[in-house]
Amino acid sequence: MINKKVNSVKEATEGISDNMTFMLGGFGLSGIPENAIKALVDSNIKELTCISNNAGVDDFGLGLLLKKRQIKKMVSSYVGENDEFERQMLSGELDVELIPQGTLAERCRAAQAGFPAIFTPAGYGTEVAEGKEVREFDGKMYVLEHAFKADFAFVKAWKGDDAGNLIFKGTARNFNPVMCGAATITVAEVEELVPAGTLDPNQIHIPGIFVQRIFQGKDYEKRIEQRTVRVRE
Amino acid sequence: MLDKIGIAKRIAKEVQDGYYVNLGIGIPTLVANYVRDDIEVEFQSENGVLGMGPFPFEGEEDADIINAGKQTITTLPGASFFDSAMSFSMIRGQHVHLTILGAMEVAENGDIANWKIPGKMVKGMGGAMDLVASAENIIVAMMHTNRAGESKLLKRCSLPLTGVGCVKKIVTNLAVIEVTDKGFKLLERAPGVSVEEIVKATEGQLTIDGDIPEMTI
Repeated sequence: MINKKVNSVKEATEGISDNMTFMLGGFGLSGIPENAIKALVDSNIKELTCISNNAGVDDFGLGLLLKKRQIKKMVSSYVGENDEFERQMLSGELDVELIPQGTLAERCRAAQAGFPAIFTPAGYGTEVAEGKEVREFDGKMYVLEHAFKADFAFVKAWKGDDAGNLIFKGTARNFNPVMCGAATITVAEVEELVPAGTLDPNQIHIPGIFVQRIFQGKDYEKRIEQRTVRVRE
Repeated sequence: MLDKIGIAKRIAKEVQDGYYVNLGIGIPTLVANYVRDDIEVEFQSENGVLGMGPFPFEGEEDADIINAGKQTITTLPGASFFDSAMSFSMIRGQHVHLTILGAMEVAENGDIANWKIPGKMVKGMGGAMDLVASAENIIVAMMHTNRAGESKLLKRCSLPLTGVGCVKKIVTNLAVIEVTDKGFKLLERAPGVSVEEIVKATEGQLTIDGDIPEMTI
């Protein structure tokens, strides 16, 4: 067993510095690496490029990094829920690249899988395709999109073991698996870290080979963005 | 004339047994409430769930189980969770049968604009560009005109496009319209709405072939 376990978020984030590019898992506030984000905020590193489907809310998730102006550029598909984000975007302080959600996922997966680029139909004929190579396959047009290059991927899983194997829960899975192994160093935080041999190999979603560091996360808030319920009849 | 619920009810009639369906935010979300209960349909949400169920009962919300609108949801028997790449494999790979989404504008050639208004805060396209570029069957749910009374069914979209030549059908508060290679074609009128009213509210080329039936919902 190759041991990937580190004992703290500080150890897990060793090597982070200004001007780096990070991938961060999560959809909205679901499945975000809460512990790693707090560590990035405390580290005071800046001029960061963050690849993440969303940009958090004002007082949680990536919103915490935005508030301290540590982010130079966001690469996302949807950024609607954050006033500070909007202010920085409109004032030009923050560079924002909006890309289709499936393209975001596949540019991560391409990096993970060793593809330099992929062809997707998404965005063809729109401003997203401007300046990009397009090609026709079987009568349909596709846009060439390049694999991301990132220094760190910060992901969050439900359970993991010392070997770095990961299991996700519900829709908190989202972008986390496709970011594993898509950056130079992948850091996984988990709600429950167990010794290798405890998890059933049949149930592993992401094998430990894609993870360089794993640690036991703590104090998960798991905030709900839109609490919708129905009335008991 | 239909209200939003009426539009959702009419679109629900397009959903067939055995369909996997992706619903956008807004009116499309309401469609799930009106699908016939004698057919089997599974709803996909692009953040990674197939077999989406209703909202949870109070106290049973789970931060790890949400839809693409970030709302807490439940799952039905047969449901599955997956990552974002697999989710868009279902969409781009045309495994999802029907996509229902809202729009700001649709053009007579099937172009759609629904993500950006120049000069206003741009929130992003989310999964909309992937959905419209790939789905075999796209139905747009929207009001026929905007708040200023201007047609949203145009010769050419004026707003930045989400996708080109992709919309197949449009259900509005006034009509059901098909997008053909000769432009819009009027299929049905909303209850109490005349053909003349629809013509007046439609800027793009609109073909009217014979008697246009009033829709049943």
